[in-house]
Amino acid sequence: MKAEFDVIVIGAGHAGLTAAICAAEEGASVCVLEVAPRNLRGGNSRHTRNLRAMHEEPMHSLDGQYGYEEYWQDLIRVTGGQTDEPLARLTIQRSEDSIDWLKQHGVAFQPPLSGTLHLGRTNAFFLGGGKALMNALFQAAEDLGIHVMYETEDVSLKFEAGQFRSASFTRAAVSQHKESCQVEGRAIVVAAGGFEANLEWLAEAWGDAVLNFLVRGTPYNRGDILKQLLDAGAEKVGDVRQCHAVAIDGRAPKFDGGICSRIDCVPLGIVVNQAGERFYDEGEDFWPKRYAIWGRLVAEQNNQVAYTIIDDKAQGLFMPPVFPAVQSDSIEGLAQTLGLPPSQLCQTVEGFNQAVASGEFNHQDLDGCRTEGLAINKSHWARTIDQPPYRAYLLRPGITFTYLGVRVDERAMVQFENHHDSNVFAAGEIMAGNVLGEGYLAGIGMTIGSVFGRIAGKEAATLAVG
Amino acid sequence: MQLVETSPQHEEGARIMTICNACRYCEGHCAVFPAMEKHLTFDASTIEYLANLCHQCGACFQHCQYAEPHEFAVNVPDTFAAVRTSSYVNHIWPGMARPLVRHGRTFSFVSALLATTAFSIGVYLEHGGQVFSRSHDSFYEVIPHGVMAGTFSLLGVAVLLVWTMSLVRFWRILGLPSAFFIDRQTYVRALKSMLTLENLGGGHGKGCYQHGERASQIKRWFHHLTMYGFLLCFAATSLGTVYHYVLQFPAPYDWLTGPKLLGTLGGVSLLFGSAGLYWSRRQTTPEIDTEDHGMGVSLIVLLFATSLSGLALPLLKDSSWLVVALCLHLGIVVAMFTCFAWGKFMHGMYRAVALIKSEHDELP
Repeated sequence: MKAEFDVIVIGAGHAGLTAAICAAEEGASVCVLEVAPRNLRGGNSRHTRNLRAMHEEPMHSLDGQYGYEEYWQDLIRVTGGQTDEPLARLTIQRSEDSIDWLKQHGVAFQPPLSGTLHLGRTNAFFLGGGKALMNALFQAAEDLGIHVMYETEDVSLKFEAGQFRSASFTRAAVSQHKESCQVEGRAIVVAAGGFEANLEWLAEAWGDAVLNFLVRGTPYNRGDILKQLLDAGAEKVGDVRQCHAVAIDGRAPKFDGGICSRIDCVPLGIVVNQAGERFYDEGEDFWPKRYAIWGRLVAEQNNQVAYTIIDDKAQGLFMPPVFPAVQSDSIEGLAQTLGLPPSQLCQTVEGFNQAVASGEFNHQDLDGCRTEGLAINKSHWARTIDQPPYRAYLLRPGITFTYLGVRVDERAMVQFENHHDSNVFAAGEIMAGNVLGEGYLAGIGMTIGSVFGRIAGKEAATLAVG
Repeated sequence: MQLVETSPQHEEGARIMTICNACRYCEGHCAVFPAMEKHLTFDASTIEYLANLCHQCGACFQHCQYAEPHEFAVNVPDTFAAVRTSSYVNHIWPGMARPLVRHGRTFSFVSALLATTAFSIGVYLEHGGQVFSRSHDSFYEVIPHGVMAGTFSLLGVAVLLVWTMSLVRFWRILGLPSAFFIDRQTYVRALKSMLTLENLGGGHGKGCYQHGERASQIKRWFHHLTMYGFLLCFAATSLGTVYHYVLQFPAPYDWLTGPKLLGTLGGVSLLFGSAGLYWSRRQTTPEIDTEDHGMGVSLIVLLFATSLSGLALPLLKDSSWLVVALCLHLGIVVAMFTCFAWGKFMHGMYRAVALIKSEHDELP
């Protein structure tokens, strides 16, 4: 199959479809190449739930006010200043329109949540989550006559002097035959995500420990397009060594475990490694502010596993996990079931219990209930672990996204070494490292996808159809 | 005392609810998910409750990141529909009626056939064979009012008894306090949910997902036509009874009288509603088109046949088919009554109790 389009979009996640829709609305003919089959389409956007948006007034889906300056300060705080300031400021400014744009394209939001993450003021929640969002955008794309091709494999982009010419790929045809295809485009938007599902690539930088990581999202984000862009001379942002990994339930599926795999009880108990020893302050801060560093902490332990242990007092104080806890009436029994050295685990728990200072426990506040005199103290929510049944959950690092990407300018245009103008634009995770050089702010990935998706789609269409 | 025995359907329900309770992305869609969030574990009674609260709108299935081909294979509407069917079978009173529920299509067909035959034989024995080839001014010339009223009063009382016994059982399974101790506001809110089918709105009010990825109001509208059509027919009959006994004004009535107007309007509404619901069922996304022992289609067909034959009767007044049509109509109505007691009609009852519990639990 051979075809020509004004704009080619690689990747049918939130950023890619946003770009495709904007390009089509500018009058361009658009073709979207999606590697996943139809029922697994949408990249990591399928697993998302909300978008962080600036707003000066309360909206249907957002409480109170979240102004430009506060957003900016939040971003500076989490990235430690590792951000391209003009692009970051642009992202924040245009985040205000994101909600309306999505609503106009059929996406429904739910009223502000007052749940555990306290995000009702800063983040708008998609009704039904990311897959509902993606279904709505696919419907909008269909209504605009956008051509979406699924199961496009081995996509190979052809560049000449920093200019995109065509994309060759294969796709499943009838009776398991693979059809060779080539599409030519006047401009391209790459929105193919990061490379977090390509653990072999990560292992080059991290070592083999990373092979024990779980991938929280789609298995299709393998970074093939990112590699081709870098090989073609695109400037890179971010570090290949950096990824966002959180501590999740170690029994989650290797890929696509999504939100379900979270374990929220770490601050309510202790965490030990395979030697049965504690290795970090479990009560340093609220869990939503700490789960990301626990990914790295668990990654540093033997075999990249750890165990969070709570007693019966903690039951009902955290979000119910998807897998049942390992349970026992004694610490020794728990150690045996988990395969940990029983004497060491008993010693750890006893030592911890003796170090607990008195205080008034309140899991909704930084309560100052702490241990004293341990090599590694727990700063908050420290209560003795002495009320059976005892419960344990296995923890592993779960990788969410990678930071390495291509550098873009304010038109979302990919910057190639030695070439000023290009017909290559980027949106979403593949360029998120421009704004988010380090750290994470809940919902900002979707904001970057929305803002740069709209910019990339419009710029690509303008270039293609004038 | 354990009121519900745990079945494989309950276990699947509990497995899925454990996943949903860890995810919670669907909490804005309907009443099921906020109700689920009040639990950490899911015993059979809780699954019965949640399953009967589910209106099969399909939103959570279309929007599920854990639906097949994901290994979690979450499908709430399908799982809950299977649980509901087992509720209808297991909680029926008396227990020996279970086989009737389990063979919905046959039961409905046979009861319609038997009742029609019985009416025909009765008419034959009373009037002889010639009665079938004549037209009549009043139905009561063929079958006396006393016989009709007696038959359906008796059936009505039987249906009320079955409803009461089944509902009391379900009420207890859901752990609700005595009906007299429940706040009036709770009933008002639950009634509003029933009358508006709010839970078929998808959470955004744009409708349900029975037919695929795009929300649609069509099932809701067809259900409204059916339900309100049925209520109008019921009102027509009740008014007719008042005319007959209180006002001493027996049928037949003119077109511009209360019973006739209500009955015609209700009958037409029921006709289109049930035909629409049949069409809607046929279009259901295969993944959420759950086997229900033919209970659903039986009720729809009986409602359609009742309204069609009922509307046809006045038009056949001067025809020689009148007596056959009358016997057939009455036979179908008898079958519909059996379906009220031991068929899909119960879904409204169980769902009403589940909605009352959901509103009751929302109170501080």
